[in-house]
Amino acid sequence: MELLTNIGLNHYLTISALLFGFGLFAVMTRRNAIVILMGVELILNAANINFLAFSKYSGGMEGVMFSLFIIVLAAAEAAIALAIVINIYKIFRSVDVSSIDTMKE
Amino acid sequence: MFELPSGAEIQSIIATLKTGVGLFIPEIYLSVLFMLLIVVDLVVKGRKNNLLASLTVLGLAGSFFFISRQHAVKAAEIFFGMYVLDEFAVFFKYFFVLSGMLTVLVSVADDEFNRKVRSIGEYYALIVAMVVGMIMMASSVDLLMMFLSMELVGLTAYVLTGYRKDDARSSEGALKYLVYGAVSSGLMVYGFSLVYGMTGETNIMKIGAELALHGYDPLLMMLASLLIIAGFGYKIGAVPFHFWSPDVYEGAPTPITAYLSVGSKAAGFAILMRFFYVAIPHGGEPFQDIVGMDWVMLLIALSIGSMIYGNVVALWQKNVKRMLAYSSIAHAGYLLLGILVMDELGTQATLFYLLGYLLMNIGAFYVVILIANRTGSENLDDYRGLGRKMPLAGAALTVFLISLVGLPPTIGFVGKLMIFSALLAKGSVYIWLALIGVLTSVISLYYYMLIPLNMYLRESQQPDEAPAQGGMLHQAAIAVLMLLTIYFGLFFQPLTDFAKVSSSMLGLSIY
Repeated sequence: MELLTNIGLNHYLTISALLFGFGLFAVMTRRNAIVILMGVELILNAANINFLAFSKYSGGMEGVMFSLFIIVLAAAEAAIALAIVINIYKIFRSVDVSSIDTMKE
Repeated sequence: MFELPSGAEIQSIIATLKTGVGLFIPEIYLSVLFMLLIVVDLVVKGRKNNLLASLTVLGLAGSFFFISRQHAVKAAEIFFGMYVLDEFAVFFKYFFVLSGMLTVLVSVADDEFNRKVRSIGEYYALIVAMVVGMIMMASSVDLLMMFLSMELVGLTAYVLTGYRKDDARSSEGALKYLVYGAVSSGLMVYGFSLVYGMTGETNIMKIGAELALHGYDPLLMMLASLLIIAGFGYKIGAVPFHFWSPDVYEGAPTPITAYLSVGSKAAGFAILMRFFYVAIPHGGEPFQDIVGMDWVMLLIALSIGSMIYGNVVALWQKNVKRMLAYSSIAHAGYLLLGILVMDELGTQATLFYLLGYLLMNIGAFYVVILIANRTGSENLDDYRGLGRKMPLAGAALTVFLISLVGLPPTIGFVGKLMIFSALLAKGSVYIWLALIGVLTSVISLYYYMLIPLNMYLRESQQPDEAPAQGGMLHQAAIAVLMLLTIYFGLFFQPLTDFAKVSSSMLGLSIY
């Protein structure tokens, strides 16, 4: 019961590790470019939770700053990523990364 | 929880910022140049490729003035430990500005690129933005700045790779670059968050001190190290983080391929060296063993993998751009050898090798572009008989390739010699690594020499045409690059001295 009622650092870290795992799983198994990018967002948000949790329990503000910058960068990355994916769709009529493979070994 | 700062504190913050800005002038100048190029593109109507290109080259050349004045400044942290100015950073400032200038020159040479791209507008501005990002990568001493500058370089590079929007290969390269880049930077930032959790600091010097003072949990440290190495290894294109590079190098416009293979790779090495030397504690009994895997072991694995994989897979390549991509993976392996010996000689050798790599690799891509202008292809078979039709280009490409193999009398030979002698100076521990390096160089001789073989000893199947006249500017440029490659192979003293001076980093404790 103690574990459930008192939320501590470990709870945050567990959530973050789970998110990281899901993100990595999505990146490695999915073939759709958009879903891969969603997996990357999960990884970035896992890092965010880590930073915020560590910041809360160590008393420094660096972690909060870091996670703010990660949020902004994730938005910038999504903008560029979607532009590239739209362009890929125009050319290949698909966003399946396994079908976009014109260059061979 | 957090109090408002008092008036005196605000005054001192403003004073620190003012000193910081005084030492940040080259970056500010280049950022202004970046914005100026966008404005010029918006204001000027009509065809402006040459105007923008010459403006970029002149603007980048102007930054040498501001960078050279930074030699006088004593190495210092600025902006509250976010950023640093030392000889190591100044070296890379020269390096990246020079690589940006050469890239612009190479872009002007590429006829196909200039013909097919509808709007050149942001292209040169993005090249300048990437120079700024790479300079900041080499000077960051805070995890946050490292992450931000790597993303600045990454995001610009994705756009530049996919700059030919109508071309399937260019777009495909951009998508692959983006997916691998986004994943590896996500992994890296998760690793950073673990390091922050272990130490409570984001400045790498403080992290180094904290880890050395209090030790760390070996398992957690290993996980964080692997994640961070994934981010850096992706930037330098080392095995096993290399999957993007052949496709990206083949698909991207050739000038951008040259730029990525030299600039972005060197920036990755700069940031890796700084992090590895400063943040990771070295020596001392409890720190040698992170569950049997320390950073030196990881880098050795990366280096051996890159040397063998890059050189062996390059043997089968028929496309010259793709072959040079695999060769650049192999060169990442050689450069890692210079880093993992962890002494001044090794750092000096790495910096010198990077300089040589800048000359010979951009030179090789330059000639590949001039040849593609004439034949319209980058296939090895289309190089037949070109030695007679394009004498200067043929001779220059041969020199660059000899230098890439590492044969005398070229700069590539001196670079490899310095790296291997740095390894051997460590005693017998690293002899086997040097041996692998020499053997893989011998393998590389075969595929590099296929190109001169096709150019000089095989007859062209097409009917003979008149000798092509490339532009005078480009003929002169490749002649200069070729002569420099040989000149610095014979008289390397100034460059090795420069590299020696530049190997001093702020907060360094290992040598």
